[in-house]
Amino acid sequence: MIVFASLLAGLVFGIGLILSGMANPAKVLGFLDLAGAWDPSLAFVMAGAIGVGVVAFAIAHRRSVSLLGAAMSLPSARQIDRRLVVGSTVFGIGWGVAGFCPGPALVALGMGVGKAAIFVAAMVAGMAIFEWFEQRRHRTPLRPA
Amino acid sequence: MSIDWNAFTPWSALAGGALIGTAAAMFALLNGRIAGISGVLGGLLRPKAGDIGWRAAFVLGLVGAPVLWALVTELPAPQVDAGTGALVVAGLLVGVGTRYGSGCTSGHGVCGLSRLSPRSLVATLAFMGAGFATVFVLRHVLGL
Repeated sequence: MIVFASLLAGLVFGIGLILSGMANPAKVLGFLDLAGAWDPSLAFVMAGAIGVGVVAFAIAHRRSVSLLGAAMSLPSARQIDRRLVVGSTVFGIGWGVAGFCPGPALVALGMGVGKAAIFVAAMVAGMAIFEWFEQRRHRTPLRPA
Repeated sequence: MSIDWNAFTPWSALAGGALIGTAAAMFALLNGRIAGISGVLGGLLRPKAGDIGWRAAFVLGLVGAPVLWALVTELPAPQVDAGTGALVVAGLLVGVGTRYGSGCTSGHGVCGLSRLSPRSLVATLAFMGAGFATVFVLRHVLGL
């Protein structure tokens, strides 16, 4: 059931990204270009998503198991550290270069956009580089969950 | 600042956003997890037993969404202006950065802000700020 719910959530998420315009890098860059002809649409995407999300997470935080009986594993980290800020900044630079963030890139890949395939391959390589450094840092092949 | 009224699509943006929020709600309430795309995808590179199926299914749903869309109506064509070199650099930065910073637009931006997480607020301000700055430099300083 969890696997099916995940597939369904992925489909709904992807449809939302297409409908909202987020799957189109030119539109994303139009939002990020404050000094040019600015397209504020993406602020409305965030508003729509957070409007629904606030209610859902308020409920989720009060539960100890999910509706399908899975353990709740919502993040508990609270520290605002260098990793968070540096990592997010590096991500933002990459986002600004091509107009793709991870979700829209996967959706554009599903549309058969060749350039999205190049981006996704590089993104997965970047994630693999991160894993390699993390595992070296911990000197163990797998961290305990 | 001038607003590009022709490109501005508030209603489809709001509706699409609400669907994204609904997907995040499903993920949190049904699975007890954050629908953070970089985290879900990145976790596949650190495979653990019992942890692969739901991750792969979520990614498959995202990639499969356009197929479902195309069954109903015509797909919009994304416009990608970046060249191959820029796409490779951008992809590497997004891959490393989202994993190092523990999230992207979905995990920190949508889910984190919905959870009123101060950590995610800082992350979102950082990647939005960096995105604005990068586009400013590329378009208006370097004229690319």
